[in-house]
Amino acid sequence: MQQQDRIRNFAIIAHIDHGKSTLADRILELTGAVSEREMREQLLDTMELERERGITIKAQAVRVMWRGHQLNLIDTPGHVDFTYEVARSLQACEGALLVVDAAQGIEAQTLANAYLAIEGGLEIVPAANKIDLPQADPEGASKELGDLLGEEPERVLRISAKTGVGVPDVLDAIVERIPAPAGDPNAPARALVFDSSYDQYRGVVAFVRVVDGSFSTREPVRAMAQGTEFDAEEIGVMSPARTPIASLSAGEVGYVITGLKDVSRLRVGDTLTSRRRPAAEPLPGYQDVKPMVFAGIFPTDSDDYPELRDALERLKLNDGSLSYDPETSQALGFGFRCGFLGLLHMEIVRERLEREFDLDLLITAPNVAYRATTRTGEEVEVHNPAEMPRELEQVEEPYVKASVIVPKDFVGAVMELANERRGTFDHMEYLSEGRVLLLYELPLGEIVLDFYDQLKSRTRGYASFDYDLAGFRPGELSRVDILVGGEQVDALSLIIHRDAAYDRGRQLVERLREEIPRQMIDVPIQAAIGSRVIARETVKARRKDVLAKCYGGDISRKRKLLEKQKKGKKRMKQVGSVEVPQEAFLAVLNLDSERKR
Amino acid sequence: MGRREEHGSYVAALLAELELARACLTRELETVFVGGGTPTFTEPRELARLLGALPAADEVTVEANPETVTPELVELLVAGGVTRVSLGVQSFQPRLLDVLERRATPESARRAVLAIRDSGFDNLSLDLIYGIPGQTTSDLRCDLEAALALEPEHLSCYELEAKPGTRFTHAHGAELARQADVLEGYFELVVETLTDAGYRWYETANFCRAEERDLRAQHNLGYWLGHDYLGIGVGAVSTIAGERRRNLPSLARYLAALAAGEPPPHEVEPIDDETHRRELLLLGLRLDEPVALGAVGDALDLAALARLETLGLVERTANGRGEELRLTRRGRFLGGGVTAELLSA
Repeated sequence: MQQQDRIRNFAIIAHIDHGKSTLADRILELTGAVSEREMREQLLDTMELERERGITIKAQAVRVMWRGHQLNLIDTPGHVDFTYEVARSLQACEGALLVVDAAQGIEAQTLANAYLAIEGGLEIVPAANKIDLPQADPEGASKELGDLLGEEPERVLRISAKTGVGVPDVLDAIVERIPAPAGDPNAPARALVFDSSYDQYRGVVAFVRVVDGSFSTREPVRAMAQGTEFDAEEIGVMSPARTPIASLSAGEVGYVITGLKDVSRLRVGDTLTSRRRPAAEPLPGYQDVKPMVFAGIFPTDSDDYPELRDALERLKLNDGSLSYDPETSQALGFGFRCGFLGLLHMEIVRERLEREFDLDLLITAPNVAYRATTRTGEEVEVHNPAEMPRELEQVEEPYVKASVIVPKDFVGAVMELANERRGTFDHMEYLSEGRVLLLYELPLGEIVLDFYDQLKSRTRGYASFDYDLAGFRPGELSRVDILVGGEQVDALSLIIHRDAAYDRGRQLVERLREEIPRQMIDVPIQAAIGSRVIARETVKARRKDVLAKCYGGDISRKRKLLEKQKKGKKRMKQVGSVEVPQEAFLAVLNLDSERKR
Repeated sequence: MGRREEHGSYVAALLAELELARACLTRELETVFVGGGTPTFTEPRELARLLGALPAADEVTVEANPETVTPELVELLVAGGVTRVSLGVQSFQPRLLDVLERRATPESARRAVLAIRDSGFDNLSLDLIYGIPGQTTSDLRCDLEAALALEPEHLSCYELEAKPGTRFTHAHGAELARQADVLEGYFELVVETLTDAGYRWYETANFCRAEERDLRAQHNLGYWLGHDYLGIGVGAVSTIAGERRRNLPSLARYLAALAAGEPPPHEVEPIDDETHRRELLLLGLRLDEPVALGAVGDALDLAALARLETLGLVERTANGRGEELRLTRRGRFLGGGVTAELLSA
């Protein structure tokens, strides 16, 4: 057991691509936790997808030794969708390394993460990274960091995680500046679950920070918020491979193999205690994170429905924040309405389904969660536009506080975009001479469309963006339905601000008219709010469709042609008596991505 | 065939193949059709030999291109027992005939009809093509009027098929695409004009004068009703007793095999009962007369049938013979798509 005053628990926080994972790798190398031969780029990011996208999805914790001290590096996810996970990871630490790319300066996630760390009372060790780059400006970055944290710029470490320059100083600063964990080793045991993963042989593995007392192998454990009980099958530390040890005590970080078969029974943020001598109070701050962004996921081939269900079940084992409920769409068949923390989370789930499970998917346009009050006073939470009641008293939609950092030349462009998206200006400040922080309140529904892509393109990629949920507010929202041949296409219903409904309806019907092949009858395509049609197009009926000649030598060929045509029809989705090719739905669902190109 | 000296050996081969197949023919045939390519290009002595050797039949049709029809040729056809001539006119407009690379002229077509009529033929069919690149609506009206003026017993009107990748499509594809909207109405115009003129639209692309005598092409009717047939010649197809046989397209190998007394090289496609029922359905729906539901059985997709009935494209009738099915007038214009849908998957 380590003396408590020789333990340091810290996280690395940074904007995406500012070098967090590279720094983690270098630390592992330098402390001898892994040999160079074992070194793999971005070792902590275990999933293929994470390495490819250069982002960290699941936090991990690694124990290394440095000059007689035990350092526990807790890796945090780097994206806005996982703010809660980040916050919980930070809660397991006493300090944080705040890394900024010296060529870029502070970005939106730098700020968001720094504020989380400051709120959590963490000691922050700032570092300007990538000083080896020719365009690096360590002076400027140090000044920005100093201003942000109210520290002398000289206290900002100047490093290159890539070449290793300055990394020993980082480790020394961790030992010197970050306090040792407090916590009472003799009190009833309490540990914070800051992450979990699923091992297909051993079940749920919880990553914990022990706050008080200690946990031993075979400890009878209870998760205090959810009430889940299990015996600790194995306790250990990551160094960086799983290494079993006899016990974990106050201040230490490690893992607990729970034997639980369902990740949802042990949520991040819960407090573990021992059933032998239970703690009276859990650690503060547990929240049940609720998905805010929803989309329908359907298999392209309806025969793949069972595979999709199994894949979601398995993903959920590893990702407690993913939710899914069966959904039947008359246009798209059987699928699931899935809930995500945000857009990136949705993207990650989609890619994992397609890549790891080899599924061909059709995904509806994402929407947010709405709170609707009907005329009869009934309140419902709506996750699917097609389920929005028509007789509404009021609809509330989620809002976010968004922060955007841009070079000052792009302030106008950002303001224009925020205004188009119903943003309310809150506040603006100069971070340095050339860079501006803008704060807006925006409906989340406007962000899930294509806000981020628009922001990037209108600021030539310079803008960085982050947001935080800011509660529900009433909005002038309409439900727009799309009708093909007089039948409502459930998958295409959308909820949109009244002022944008007409344009959007127009776009959708025009696009559908282009995509739906001519049929044997005229096919009207309409966008409607309630019974009021706001846009209409018609796909004119074909006037002829014949196989001109058919004599003795043609019969086999014509038969095969017709049979092929019939098979082609099987791939069509039936909306009333209209056949709509799957591609038409795809094209419409991709309207946003088309628009931004 | 270009090389006259080969005509003799080809006719000899045809007769040899016929001899090999003789066993499957009845002594008296219902119909004989000499066509595919242009039989009337054949060297007259050889054509006469061929006609002379064919079994007797109630209807014997020969296909002819207008420029090959001379009084001598017509005499030869009469002498050979031909009862019906099918004349490949295609169009009466020199400009459009040029596009189609046809050697005939409007005059040669009229002369050919006169010659055929002079020798007493009372069953003449004209072939027309519509949808020719550059053909306007009034061009089509003129062609139809010119054809009607010749008072044929029968008319076949085909839409030009520009097959992808062909030299023709390469040369005219852009023009056809430009005309697409106009062309779409041509089929309707053809059907309206001919039915208004008293012709019966008895098959998708075929019309006959409505009179007491059944002027439908009896030979082709056999295909559409799913009867067996024997085809001889290079590339010819037969369907006999559940087997479809297709002679391969190589002339040299065809001639060599038959010269050696062997059956020509061919491929065989079994037509089982289920396939046969599917063909009965898809062929039968081309006709104006209904198809018996009992005969097609499970080849029919009943859900699709119900849907298409609601759309007014198919009608089901019941009478003493049981339930029957046919396409409505609008359904016939959309026959390809409707039939595809009606076929069970």
